[in-house]
Amino acid sequence: MLNNDIRQSLLLFKPTMAELDNNQSGDTRRDFLKKSSLFTALSLTPLTVLKAAEGKVDERFAELFEKIPLNLKVNNKPYVLKVEPRATLLDLLREQLHLTGTKKGCDHGQCGACTVHVDGKRVNSCLSLAVMNEGKSITTIEGLAKGDELHPMQAAFIKHDGFQCGYCTPGQIMSAVACVREGHANSKEEIREYMSGNICRCGAYPNIVDAIQEVKEKGTAI
Amino acid sequence: MINFQYLRASVVKIALSLVSKDPKATFIAGGTNLIDLMKRGVTAPEKLIDINKLPLAQIELKNNVLHIGAMVSNSALAEDSIVKEQFPLLALALQSGASAQLRNVATVGGNMMQRTRCGYFYDTTMPCNKRQPGTGCGAIGGYNRMHAIFGTSESCIAVHPSDMCVGLVALDAQVVIANAKGERKISFADFHRLPGSTPEKDNNLQKGELIVRLEIPTNNLYKNFHYLKVRDRSSYAFALVSVAAALEISQGIIKNARLAMGGVAHKPWRLVEAENFLKGKTANASNFEDAARIAMYGAKGFGENDFKLKLAPNSIIEALTVAKAKA
Repeated sequence: MLNNDIRQSLLLFKPTMAELDNNQSGDTRRDFLKKSSLFTALSLTPLTVLKAAEGKVDERFAELFEKIPLNLKVNNKPYVLKVEPRATLLDLLREQLHLTGTKKGCDHGQCGACTVHVDGKRVNSCLSLAVMNEGKSITTIEGLAKGDELHPMQAAFIKHDGFQCGYCTPGQIMSAVACVREGHANSKEEIREYMSGNICRCGAYPNIVDAIQEVKEKGTAI
Repeated sequence: MINFQYLRASVVKIALSLVSKDPKATFIAGGTNLIDLMKRGVTAPEKLIDINKLPLAQIELKNNVLHIGAMVSNSALAEDSIVKEQFPLLALALQSGASAQLRNVATVGGNMMQRTRCGYFYDTTMPCNKRQPGTGCGAIGGYNRMHAIFGTSESCIAVHPSDMCVGLVALDAQVVIANAKGERKISFADFHRLPGSTPEKDNNLQKGELIVRLEIPTNNLYKNFHYLKVRDRSSYAFALVSVAAALEISQGIIKNARLAMGGVAHKPWRLVEAENFLKGKTANASNFEDAARIAMYGAKGFGENDFKLKLAPNSIIEALTVAKAKA
């Protein structure tokens, strides 16, 4: 049963060389990456597990594949979902909800690229199991702007050139908004200390600090 | 990450029975260390019991004892007004650890239960008696710049990475543990253990037990205190050496002293002999230097971490000097 499903999905997702060359399928780069990573995930699943699940030899293996219901809000939109227990909040946001603004950097809580707000508090979404967020309200970088009007922190990052490559920026901005709301943006030193969980390999730190300080000093509610 | 079963418990008794019945089951609170370890394959529990719904997130002052629920987050504890006023050493230690994002999720109980950050423990291709008993210690004779100088054994020279725990051991905290029979209470200093021949055990919590709260008696150590953390960058790094220092000074004389170090041992390292030396003495540089000398008895370097034999006493003197100057 399961093996058939897998075979089908492999056929379905395996791009031919022609497709890769001409991109006749109309795939975006992201689609291709997703399909090839699915390919990898399936090929890494141990054969014994697949066999056991197929033949229901061991109920425990089958249970492992069971998805758990999950209700949460993301950017004020309610979702009713089913997720594997091991899926992180980060992977749920990016892979299942296609909110790819939240970035995967180190995937180990060391870089802050995956920072989102959970019930108003900044957290590393890579170190949170999705199922642990039952009933919670998540805000991602996509939820900050009001339509076409940028959030003041987004505008300040642009004004002060608070990035170069931009990969850490969604996490920096989510962390920066929280830093001001927490009341930890009273000086450059305090901002640096309370933003230390967000790494910028381009070294845009002075400009990031300037952006945060300006938003704090303007005093507008954010 | 290898998949697992996931269950939620909202009552302590049920959480305890779920874990004690199943040898491969474990609790998950904030998960900031456990999920990291599971992603790297260092540990692979078959069942996770989510305890985030347990009613253990209160901070209360009752009869001159501060009660801290095990599920209180590190940031909530650091920002609590009673903690900031009466136990500022603890607030400072908490703020020195991890990042704002991690402190929002990491719990008090989870902070105590976090594993060492020894590179050999984390690298599953390397020998490590803590991860896989009997395979040897890679750090002895290997890369050991971050490692212990006190209380080591032939099996393990790893350090406990917490800052919060260094503050708590200095403040004479008690740990309240729930089990099937009820509750038991042990002193914080006896919670974590030295590696000996069983480094796989970080602490004295038994299978089927759960930390439910901490209790800290009020004290007069909230004026002259300091938490000094020396690390490779100015924030968001584990300690090379850290010192929690608190003094009660009356007319220049030390009435009470508390000293503990982090980054130097398998457990938060309380410096009782140095404390006893300081009591009744004048709070001055020469006594601080003598206390630091006493604190270093029995210290031993392993090559790359020999610098800690100088850094540690200097840090003690600095922490005491800053604490004294706060008055």
